[in-house]
Amino acid sequence: MAKFEPVLFARIQKNDSQALAGYRADGGYAALKKALGMAPADVTTMVKDSALRGRGGAGFPCGLKWTFLPKDHPGPIYLAVNADESEPGTFNNRILMEEDPHQLLEGIAIACHAIKSNTAYIYLRYEYGRSYRVLDAAIKECYAAGLLGKNILGTGFNLDVHLHRGAAAYICGEETGLIESLEGKRAWPRIKPPFPAVEGLFRKPTIVNNVETLCCVTHIVYRGVEWFKSMGVPPDPNNPRDPGSYGPKLYCVSGHVNKPTCVELPMGVTARELIDEHAGGVWKGRKAKAVVPGGISMGFLSAAELDTPLDFAGPGKAGCLGLGTAAVVVVDDHTSMVEVLYNCCRFMSHESCGQCTPCREGTSWMTRILERIRTGNGKVEDLDLLMEVAGSMGIIPGTTICGLSDGAAWPVKNAIQKFRGEFEEFIRTGQKLRGPAEALMAAH
Amino acid sequence: MPALSPELKKKIEEVLPKYPNKQAATLPALHLVHDAHRSVSPEAIREIAQILELRPAEVYDTMTFYGFFREPDNPMGKDRVWVCRSISCALRGGEELLAGLCDKWSMHPGETSPDGRVSLEYAECLGVCEGAPCVLVNDECYPNQTVDSVAKLVSK
Ligand SMILES: Cc1cc2nc3c(=O)[nH]c(=O)nc-3n(C[C@H](O)[C@H](O)[C@H](O)COP(=O)(O)O)c2cc1C
Ligand code: SF4
Ligand code: FES
Repeated sequence: MAKFEPVLFARIQKNDSQALAGYRADGGYAALKKALGMAPADVTTMVKDSALRGRGGAGFPCGLKWTFLPKDHPGPIYLAVNADESEPGTFNNRILMEEDPHQLLEGIAIACHAIKSNTAYIYLRYEYGRSYRVLDAAIKECYAAGLLGKNILGTGFNLDVHLHRGAAAYICGEETGLIESLEGKRAWPRIKPPFPAVEGLFRKPTIVNNVETLCCVTHIVYRGVEWFKSMGVPPDPNNPRDPGSYGPKLYCVSGHVNKPTCVELPMGVTARELIDEHAGGVWKGRKAKAVVPGGISMGFLSAAELDTPLDFAGPGKAGCLGLGTAAVVVVDDHTSMVEVLYNCCRFMSHESCGQCTPCREGTSWMTRILERIRTGNGKVEDLDLLMEVAGSMGIIPGTTICGLSDGAAWPVKNAIQKFRGEFEEFIRTGQKLRGPAEALMAAH
Repeated sequence: MPALSPELKKKIEEVLPKYPNKQAATLPALHLVHDAHRSVSPEAIREIAQILELRPAEVYDTMTFYGFFREPDNPMGKDRVWVCRSISCALRGGEELLAGLCDKWSMHPGETSPDGRVSLEYAECLGVCEGAPCVLVNDECYPNQTVDSVAKLVSK
């Protein structure tokens, strides 16, 4: 196989990679020009044919989602760009925005042409101050160069792109939580259907797409469907519902590795290759005990499962929730899974929006049970109790409005199934863990 | 005396055309006021509501959903220091870093130094996990931090 050349990250090492002049010198906005010469439906078909799947976590086929918009709608139709990136372990959207903002803006403009939208909002998490300033400058450059605003590139296409900053809440990444937040309300996810494509932002048809998804759109239009499908994993012939996992992917690797990194590779690299070949191996000469495959919501791979390919189907076959954000977090064999799981549960309990009782109470109870275990007061039966609570919350059992609670349940299910021996021994031998910040945390 | 200066009001009015209705400007308005005042007072909420043609309770409801905004009984210091405690940072000393800063500044997370210089808080994943443990000072993130390096950032 020919050596893989990064595409999404091709420009990030360049000096001044953010500037419009450099972007154009590298062929930038040629894809937009090409797309504007095509009928919107043809652009959608192209994206559909590429089998591009959303990079934000759910992996929904992007072109297919665009076709769910009502036909011949009088407008307005909105594009909401999901730049809330808050899944622990995930940082690829940040690099894309900080280092190559025009690649994203070009993808946004192409998508808006395809879905017949004249207004896009970038919902950007507040913490990404640098992304905000870089994008703000890039948007201004585009208006000045006739790449945004009225009559773009003389084609009669109009588009406004607005930046909207969040306020530090994970739930704003859930697409309908994002919409509610953008509307100026509390970010309470909506009951679906209706899906946003039918009734979304300001009650109008809305497409929500992730930053990396939209950057892929730029390259699909520029390089073609065949290029995109030349890499990745084709559909499983035994599964008629599998659309495959094509294209390049930005994999984040963090935690106990020598060189934490974000690397672009064809879909389907294994966790082991990522850790050993791209992240310098597990730190301090240790071994991996557990690996988060795609943000903590997806659960854990055990050390025996590191050859799992990280395509959309791989992690599920190993009992994880899915590929998620493809953010790999490595936990070494000196670390207690009790502590790791407690950290995951505490996060989810903190971030649950509180609307659904099974999620609000379940995340809180799981955290309290783990608190009890880690302070030496747990019972072995607590592990079954954790499994029972985890099994009762989420979209999968049908008890909650959004997927946060499936993502809260999964690390618990995986940890207790795959590491039960360690939990039992911890409880039986009366071990205690008390982190350094503990006493202080209690005050908060 | 109005809580919002004419300049602040003008800045809020300037974001309105971005949206098809005024309520959508709630978060931008709260950010503008919070940045300038380091908290959002009930009077400010009333004035924001007036501009956005909402009831004050609607603005307050949205504001308090986000743990982000402070009220006048506990205003934000000049610099807000958020220490990440989520998984990738916790695996590389994030909690020790927070504990060290608490110790150094004799503060608990959530508090502001008596001179109003810094507010110390824990944060959830800041999206800079390759630089764990990392710290956000206001909205600028600093990777691979230690107690001493954070102290230097803030003393500048
Ligand atoms: C709790 C929760 C948090 C989410 N956070 C994000 C996020 O930060 N960024 C993102 O793109 N998608 C996030 N998603 C997925 C979105 O709901 C949505 O599927 C995605 O933005 C669609 O874009 P895509 O199809 O281009 O991936 C989240 C989902 C859930 C349930
Ligand atoms: S599942 Fe949890 S986060 Fe999602 S809407 Fe319900 S309470 Fe909120
Ligand atoms: S876990 Fe700390 S920045 Fe992601």
